[in-house]
Amino acid sequence: MKVAVIQFPGSNSDQDAVNGVRVIGHQANLLWHKEESVGNADAVIVPGGFSYGDYLRCGAIARFSPVMQAVKKFAAEGGPILGICNGFQVLCEAALLPGALVRNRSLQFRSEHVYLKTIARDTPFTGGVDEGRLLRVPIAHGEGCYFADEEALAEIKANNQILWQYVDQDGNARDDANPNGSLENIAGICNKERNVAGLMPHPERACEEIIGSADGRAILESMANWLESKNQASAA
Amino acid sequence: MKAKITITPKKAVLDPQGKAVQNALEHMGYAGVSEVHVGRYLEIEVDGEREAVEKQIDEACHKLLSNPVIEEYRFELE
Repeated sequence: MKVAVIQFPGSNSDQDAVNGVRVIGHQANLLWHKEESVGNADAVIVPGGFSYGDYLRCGAIARFSPVMQAVKKFAAEGGPILGICNGFQVLCEAALLPGALVRNRSLQFRSEHVYLKTIARDTPFTGGVDEGRLLRVPIAHGEGCYFADEEALAEIKANNQILWQYVDQDGNARDDANPNGSLENIAGICNKERNVAGLMPHPERACEEIIGSADGRAILESMANWLESKNQASAA
Repeated sequence: MKAKITITPKKAVLDPQGKAVQNALEHMGYAGVSEVHVGRYLEIEVDGEREAVEKQIDEACHKLLSNPVIEEYRFELE
């Protein structure tokens, strides 16, 4: 797969995302925020960081950059898009995903490893995660508390849009396993069409054992596998 | 003219900042503080007809300056 990793002024996990894709044996290139097309990429990652200094609100200004108009078009065409951390915030601000991310309940910036339970496995981002497998991946954020109003949350649940939940090491979505106060321990969700997803944890920073975990590979590999089977289907 | 815009978190949204400020006020001995909400305040200088400016600012508040999912806004022109 060829992944375009968006680069905003203030992105800081862009190189990690490129590295994550490359270590699983695929191609990744940076795409500057002033570009007006995603080119020939077949997947897009909106990476973590502090785009535009997090001014006003996290992700609020990035949403209006030229490249985001191209990302919206790519989304409408069904292309897979993964927003990580600040990228998740950007996709929510751009209304490509429902809800919003607000200040952590603890008011602390949390930088630690968490366990993720994969809830819906019928998406480009989760299809390759073995059933029952917990992913141990890092988080690093101050504003990752997922919020949606009652009506939106009911819809998210009815459509099985919750992709990952924060859990303890036994897989229970307990309150003390919730690092930021997210509703329903939500760590990541997808859109109704299931081709756009966002999560606060960093799978791309967990692609090599030498840095503590390689569990994040499962998410990036899911995307690659999904694209491959899609290409095979269209060739057949 | 000047638009004075106040943006506050919606009641349903967890406001840990407000809670922390409230706790600090209580520790300082200010009695009777029952609720604190921390928001944002913006001042924007704009030229134009009052009605057109009002429409413009309202749209800007909705599209960029606030996030309607989590925030409410109000503004006055002077």
